[in-house]
Amino acid sequence: MNDLMTVVDWSRGLFALTAMYHWLFVPLTLGLSVIVGIMETIYYRTKSQEWLKATKFWMTLFGINFAMGVATGIILEFEFGTNWSNYSWFVGDIFGAPLAIEGLLAFFMEATFIAIMFFGWNKVSAGFHLASTWLTTIGASISALWILVANAWMQYPVGMEFDPAQMRNVMDNFWAVAFSPVAVHKFLHAVFDGWVLAAVFVMGVSAYLIMRGKRREMAMRSVKVAGWTGAAGMLLTLWSGDSSAVDVARVQPMKLAAMEGLYDGSCGEEIVAFGILDPSKTHKDDKDPFIMKIAIPYGLSILANHDMDSYVPGINDLIAGRSMNAEGDTIDTVSYAERIAMGKKSHEALRQFDRALAEGDTAGMEAARAGIKENYPYFGYGYLESADEAVPPVGITFYSFHIMVLAGGYLTLFIAIALWSAYKRRRLWEARWWQWVAMLSVAVVWICSEAGWVTAEVGRQPWIIQDLMPARAAISAIPSGSVIITFVLFAAVFTALLAAEAVIMVKQINKEEE
Amino acid sequence: MNRRRNIPARIAGFYIDGFRSMTVGKKLWAIIIIKLIFIFLVMKLFFFPDILQRDYSTDDERAGAVREALIDRSRQQP
Repeated sequence: MNDLMTVVDWSRGLFALTAMYHWLFVPLTLGLSVIVGIMETIYYRTKSQEWLKATKFWMTLFGINFAMGVATGIILEFEFGTNWSNYSWFVGDIFGAPLAIEGLLAFFMEATFIAIMFFGWNKVSAGFHLASTWLTTIGASISALWILVANAWMQYPVGMEFDPAQMRNVMDNFWAVAFSPVAVHKFLHAVFDGWVLAAVFVMGVSAYLIMRGKRREMAMRSVKVAGWTGAAGMLLTLWSGDSSAVDVARVQPMKLAAMEGLYDGSCGEEIVAFGILDPSKTHKDDKDPFIMKIAIPYGLSILANHDMDSYVPGINDLIAGRSMNAEGDTIDTVSYAERIAMGKKSHEALRQFDRALAEGDTAGMEAARAGIKENYPYFGYGYLESADEAVPPVGITFYSFHIMVLAGGYLTLFIAIALWSAYKRRRLWEARWWQWVAMLSVAVVWICSEAGWVTAEVGRQPWIIQDLMPARAAISAIPSGSVIITFVLFAAVFTALLAAEAVIMVKQINKEEE
Repeated sequence: MNRRRNIPARIAGFYIDGFRSMTVGKKLWAIIIIKLIFIFLVMKLFFFPDILQRDYSTDDERAGAVREALIDRSRQQP
């Protein structure tokens, strides 16, 4: 492995570690703020001190989580400037606008209303306080929207034109960027996932409190609110997840193929409910991709196209140029060999542009600009030498997707039983085994949430911007040693901080009622 | 007029009183401060320079550097 690929791999690892660390806090912030808002609304309407106590208890845990996660996301932005400087410049305008809006909203809405939420109990009216709590919730979700708009653009680049003079993609349609179906569905999926995560967190902590004989009444009240929030969140997560799957089938069919370990597609394609991949399988051999599998007939065609007889292409089909249209029919499109050739033509035109620019040859620049534009949709393929490089890591993508789905199935069942039992079989919450189930479900929901991100991000490899820029082109010319040192330092310091923060959270949960 | 002049002081007082009356504890604040110092004074200053901002003074130079890098990478084998 040469130094460039070492830098790419360590920088990918650093980005993944930072993003996964950041994502420990974000969904809990998004969801817990909703639960706190609901509890405070009940308190506002009933004036019950019990609901006030519940609101303050969960608001404190929300505050600790918010404080723990504060500013960790900014490291991702630092990494753009240091590790991914070519990428950062290439997308500057498009990425900059959503992130700037996010920064302003995060600062003004969250900083203002969170302060009122925590410090304003006896200083502002109950109505103004409640409004501040909900505005914090809305502010957190709007912040997430702009981050996810930026991420969605990387998966589905729209609303821009490439300018070789600036070497940037210049945004020409803000609304296409902000409201692309990928952005909308990704945002909804992430926010509702946060509701589910927070609901399971509240139920797990409540089970712990009941087990320890603390705040038992508050815990049962909390289970009910969390149960409804979790049930609503899960239904909406399933709906938005289904919409996201349709998006993936349309705009990133290679990712969908990797998610399912599908090499050769067909009409009426089955979906793998559980499977073990053969790690030696590649797209060049005829081996069965699975050592064993349990599949649901027609499942993948229904998921991808909402049509049980529709065609779903596999990895080999896509490489050969067979894909599907919006109706789910087989169509011949551009093969990967042709994409690579077109990408290289676009690069050659960029070289011509560079020479013409140096010579001040305006006509030459315009001719080169047209050449770049003609093949620009496949610009990134010009960096590949063979189609092999365009196949994402199938194992990680497949297993992370299936872990997410299996964990999601388990959590649906858990939430349904938890909500039902909170009203109809309250003594279940006194049973030690169920308390353990509820507490262990907290780990499951975090694994589910992180696995979703791994699927989305590993499944789009090698692309940092789908079809336009592979990670190899995006990386900065920096020494691998410095990236490795940064990775180790970040991992060590943030693991220690995470442990210390978790101790504070547990201490607060264990605190006796005042 | 007097009331308007006092608005910044009242906002500052709101935050100061709020922080003073917090019950979560000093350890959390110590961790947050350590984290922010680590992020902004250690990581940003020593480990995360903005390469293009640091090495080039104009946008044209930065665009040229990225163009050169992307053309060069096109010729390199992985």
